[in-house]
Amino acid sequence: MRAPASRRPAGADRDARVIRLDGISRSYDVGGEAVHALVDVTETIESGEHLAIMGPSGSGKSTLLHVLGCLDRPDRGSYELDGRDVSALDEAELTLVRRHTIGFVFQFFHLVPRLSACENVELPMLFAGIPPAERRERSLARLAAVGLEARAQHRPDQLSGGERQRVALARATVLEPKLLLADEPTGNLDTASGRHVLEILEQMNAAGLTLIVVTHGPAVARRARRILLLKDGQIVYRGTGSRIHEAVERLSAAENGA
Amino acid sequence: MSALDVFGFAARALRGHRLRTALSLLGVAIGVAAVVTLTALGEGARRYVLAEFASVGSNMVVVLPGKTETSGAMPGIGGVPNDLTLDDALAVTRGVREIDKVAPMVVGTETVVYAERQRQVALFGTSHEALEVRRLGIAHGRFLPPLAWDRGAPIAVLGSKLARELFAASDPVGQVVRVGDWRMRVIGVLEPRGQQLGLDMDDVVIVPVATGMKMLNRSGLFRLVIQVRSHADLERVKAAVVRLLSERHGEEDVTVITQDAVISAFSSILGALTMALGGIAAVSLAVAGVGIMNVMLVSVSERTREVGLLKALGAGRRQILAAFLAEAILISSAGGILGLALGWIAVRVIVAIYPALPASPPLWAVAAAFSLSVVVGGVFGVLPARRATRLDPVAALAGR
Repeated sequence: MRAPASRRPAGADRDARVIRLDGISRSYDVGGEAVHALVDVTETIESGEHLAIMGPSGSGKSTLLHVLGCLDRPDRGSYELDGRDVSALDEAELTLVRRHTIGFVFQFFHLVPRLSACENVELPMLFAGIPPAERRERSLARLAAVGLEARAQHRPDQLSGGERQRVALARATVLEPKLLLADEPTGNLDTASGRHVLEILEQMNAAGLTLIVVTHGPAVARRARRILLLKDGQIVYRGTGSRIHEAVERLSAAENGA
Repeated sequence: MSALDVFGFAARALRGHRLRTALSLLGVAIGVAAVVTLTALGEGARRYVLAEFASVGSNMVVVLPGKTETSGAMPGIGGVPNDLTLDDALAVTRGVREIDKVAPMVVGTETVVYAERQRQVALFGTSHEALEVRRLGIAHGRFLPPLAWDRGAPIAVLGSKLARELFAASDPVGQVVRVGDWRMRVIGVLEPRGQQLGLDMDDVVIVPVATGMKMLNRSGLFRLVIQVRSHADLERVKAAVVRLLSERHGEEDVTVITQDAVISAFSSILGALTMALGGIAAVSLAVAGVGIMNVMLVSVSERTREVGLLKALGAGRRQILAAFLAEAILISSAGGILGLALGWIAVRVIVAIYPALPASPPLWAVAAAFSLSVVVGGVFGVLPARRATRLDPVAALAGR
């Protein structure tokens, strides 16, 4: 489903469409056999959206997330992010896009084990060349925003899973990106911690951050305002609001091979 | 990302693997310590030899009969060189103003006998000038008196070891010894002097030069040792002596060596030796570099997920390269510092054990060893660091 033509270009509302994918394809070579992870994916994602991407294993949802995060390049198609065609950028420019425009949250947190919570949050600012004093200040402020100011000096192994994911959230958003990509953010958490993390994600989304969550969990997907269902590298279903239940049904059906 | 940030990040990473880091650091330390210690030994040897020469006396010019030079002529063709005679020595003494003293010398081997004891020693025929020119000292009695060079006398001065072995505790001065077929009165004993240019000055018998020539049945001298008044005149004296003797002999058939030339030859030989020792030791630094490379490769593969994360967080290739290179350089330069300390201790120990050897690493070797250790980290860190930068972020995040 493309955005209606009437809402297209014209620089004024450019910011309204944070992401425009057009004919994105990506295939891998696995053991001499081509695996088509994404096939001609076209989609527009509005600024400030809360979008869930669902799909069975191998449906291409992770690849889509990596392409959206500029960690992977499509073989074909164009990808416009925040008004720029990022599919044409070189590695150095992509690095800057990842640093300033995109935040990542992963299922396994990916905190650097030898660094404290505060230092983990400082990492993106380290690469951005922000001076140490400012790094510390901003890091502590972000940790306070996720309710971890008391844990700032703890190392990851001294934190619970939910706390680790909140540190990762603070780190992903410390450079104030436009887009937050979360790959199964609650996949490794108990229900209570998961709910807490989702609440923080939703608060950030409410404050204007575009949020894209890849998930298997219907409970997580239901909280999104829009859902995409992927199968064999293609978007097979788009739903919004109340119709998300229907999408979840579809997912179950897809997983049963229907 | 400032250099301080890069090294801070690298240092934190290294602290996570203390044992591994310490071991590869030790490899570099051993290499640097080896360079420092071996060059200190080489330099010690050089200084020792130079000190030996200095003990012979500076401002020295030595004249040898015969022309030692490489020429196209067959050996033996071109005539037997003229003897270097006592008259030549006198002419040189009188003819070259810058000369302070000349000691003519003949050298051979003779048997010295006293009572039932006999010793085969070096016979050294010279004049009273030798005392100063060769920096000898008299322990007891006196040295050769100032005789005219062509006048012999049945008198002898004994080296300290010879005197001790022939006379034990009794006083040799005034006693008569037999040297070859000659009976001679001992007039003095030298101070212990040790080796001097390969001749053990403690195991000699010294007689007047004319007597020595007669005893050894020589018509010419072994050499003239000339002491020049001022160091600045050495080259001029050398030229004047060659000119004067060439005139007297009708051809240039003497060799004149300044001590400077000998010293600089030895110095450069031993300097080269020191460099060779340093070079061999530096090989161990290269081995240490391979050790660093190995440790860094392990580190990169262990931290694949971290590299993927750093890329996702917006770390550029250069920043990742810098972070891993900084780790290698931190290991190698810390190893370099430790190696300098170890080398310093080793040199101290050597000096304590062999006080005669003035072992001390030359500054260039210290500087080269340390900078080489830093460079080793940089060079051998490149491959692992590049491997890190080339990781595909998606695969790296998945730990693949």
